[in-house]
Amino acid sequence: MNAITPSSKFLWQIKREFWEHRGGFLWTPVIIALVMLAFIAMGLVTAELTAQRAGFTLNGIHIDQLTSHIDADDMAKFQGALDVGLITMGMPIRIALFVVVFFYALGALYNDRADRSVLFWKSLPLSDTQTVLSKVAAGLILAPALAVFGMIVLQLGFLILFTLYAALHGINALPYLWSPTHLIAMWIKFAVLIPVNALWALPTMGWLLLCSAWARSKPFLWAVMLPVVTGVIITWMQLMQSFSLHSGWFWQHVIGRVLLSLIPESWINLESLKSLDHAGADPSIALSNLFSFGAIADRMASANFVIGVAAGLAMIAAAIWLRRKRVEAYS
Amino acid sequence: MTAVVQAKGLSKRYGNTVALDNVSFDIEAGRIVGLVGPNGAGKTTALKAILGLAEFDGSLSVLGLDPRTHRTQLMEQVCFIADVAVLPRWLRVGDAVDFVGGVHPRFSREKCEKLLARTKIKPTQRVRELSKGMIVQLHLALVMAIDAKLLILDEPTLGLDILYRKEFYNNLLSDYFDEQKTILVTTHQIEEIEHILTDLLFIKEGKIVLDATMDDVGERFAEVMVNPDKADAARTLKPLYERQIFGKSIFLFDGIDKSRLAELGELHKPSVADLFVATMKGTYA
Repeated sequence: MNAITPSSKFLWQIKREFWEHRGGFLWTPVIIALVMLAFIAMGLVTAELTAQRAGFTLNGIHIDQLTSHIDADDMAKFQGALDVGLITMGMPIRIALFVVVFFYALGALYNDRADRSVLFWKSLPLSDTQTVLSKVAAGLILAPALAVFGMIVLQLGFLILFTLYAALHGINALPYLWSPTHLIAMWIKFAVLIPVNALWALPTMGWLLLCSAWARSKPFLWAVMLPVVTGVIITWMQLMQSFSLHSGWFWQHVIGRVLLSLIPESWINLESLKSLDHAGADPSIALSNLFSFGAIADRMASANFVIGVAAGLAMIAAAIWLRRKRVEAYS
Repeated sequence: MTAVVQAKGLSKRYGNTVALDNVSFDIEAGRIVGLVGPNGAGKTTALKAILGLAEFDGSLSVLGLDPRTHRTQLMEQVCFIADVAVLPRWLRVGDAVDFVGGVHPRFSREKCEKLLARTKIKPTQRVRELSKGMIVQLHLALVMAIDAKLLILDEPTLGLDILYRKEFYNNLLSDYFDEQKTILVTTHQIEEIEHILTDLLFIKEGKIVLDATMDDVGERFAEVMVNPDKADAARTLKPLYERQIFGKSIFLFDGIDKSRLAELGELHKPSVADLFVATMKGTYA
C-alpha cells in the first residue's frame, strides 16, 4: 500500500516529536527572539525621544566625518566586535534551549507511560530502538537547529532595526553592519556546532533518557538527586579523608557531565578561556580561537569528549532496553 | 484451521500474586473470542503477553511469531485498543491519520477518512477537545483502516454511553470483521456483546475455567425454572448455581441431558452473564 522504509518511519517519528513539542522547540526561541527585538526597538525609540528632548541631534553630523577616518584595521575590529555582539545576543536562546531539551529528555520516555498513551505508540509497528533514537535526534539535532533559526531571526532583526535607525539619521549602515561573508561564516559555524554539541551532550541525554525510561514516578528527582547525593557523599568521604578520589574531579567529570552537558558549547576549554582573559586579548579573537575548527577538533579528540560519547551511547542502549520492558508508570 | 494464538503453560507472577497460572489455550482464525473474568483475574496480563508488552514464562505463539522477540513485526498484523484514554491528548486528528499512514504498511488512509467522515470529528481537532466517545470513534477508525489479522480489544467501550457502545460493535461487525480476521475482546459489559461472540474464554484467578464455542455453551449449559416442589430433585443433579425469583428456583446445569431437565420445569438457554456469575461465584469471598 504505502512505501514505508525504516528511514521514512524515522522521519515520521521526528515529526511526531515536533508536533508534541512545537512550543518548546520552535516557539520558545522564536518568541525570545521577538521579545528581545521588541526591547531593542523600545530602547531605540527611548534613545531617540530622549535625544530629541535634550536637544541632541545626530542629523547634523556629516556621515563622511564619521567614516572618513575609519581605516581597514578599525573596520576589522568593528566587524569582530559586531560578531561578538551578534553571538552573545543569542545567549538567552541558548539557555532556553538547555532548559527545554533537559525537560524534554526527562519526559520523553516517561510522560507517555504516565498518561498511558505509550499503549497507542506501542500498538504501531515501531521498534523501541527507533523510538528512543528519534527522541535523541529530536532533542540533540532538531531542537538546536530550531534554536539556531531563532538566533538567526534575532540577528537579522537586530541588524534591520539598527540599519533603519541609522537610515533615519541619514546614515547608510549597510556597508558596516551587513557583511554577507561574515554572517554566512557565522551561520555555518552555528550549523557545525550542532553535531559537536550533540556528541558532547550524549552523556546527559543518555542519563536523562535512562531516568525517563526507568522512573515509575518523579523522573526529575531520580535524575538530579541521584548524582547530587552521590557527589555529596563523595565530598563528605573526602572530608573524612577515607577516600582517595578527588571530589572536585567527580563533580566536574561525572555529575557535571551527566547533568549539564546539554548546555550549548559547554565543551569549550575553560582553562584556555581563563588564560585569554588574563592576557586581555581582543574578545573577538579569543572567541574565534575558541571556536576555530582546530580547537573544536582538539576538544573532540580529548578523553573527556570520547569517554562521554561512549558513556552516553551505553546509557541510551540501556534506555532502549528499559523502554522495551517497562510500560507502566504510577499516576 | 490454523491457530492465530497458541498459548502453552503461560505463567506470570507479580511478586507474590500469580496473574497467570500455567494457562493454555488456542484461538483459531476467523473467531470473535470473549475473554471474560473478574477484576484481577489475569485478563489484561494475558493480553499484554500476546502483545509482547509483558514478560512471561511458557510458550506463546501469535501468528507464528514470539511476541517477546518479534514485537515490531507482529504489530504489522496485530492491532489493539487498550481502552478509551490512550490516545495522546496533544495529537491532532489529521496528524494521527498522517502518522499511522506513515508508519503502518497495512493502513488505508482512504478507508480511515471514510470512517471519520461518518462522525463529527474534524481533522484539525486535538484529542483533548474530543469527548470520550469521539476518542473511541477516532481510535476505531484508525484501527479499522488497518488490514490486520488479529484485533485485540481491552475494555474498549469502558465509560461510554450505550449509543457509542452499540455503534462501536456494529461498526466492527459490519465494516471490519471477516473470516480472515480474529478479534479477542475483554469487557465487563458481556451481555452487550454475547450475540457477536463465537467463543468464550472464562478466566478466574489466573486459570482458564471455561474454553468453549458459543454453540458448545448452548449444548452444554441449560437453565431451568423449577417450582418449589421439584427443587430438591433439581438439587440432586448438582446444579452449578441456584437463584430465587418470584418464589421459583432457577438452576444452571452443566452437561445434564436436556430431556431430564425438561421434566423439572421450563428450559432456557442461559445468558453469558448468568453463566459468568455461576462460574465465578466465590471469587471475591
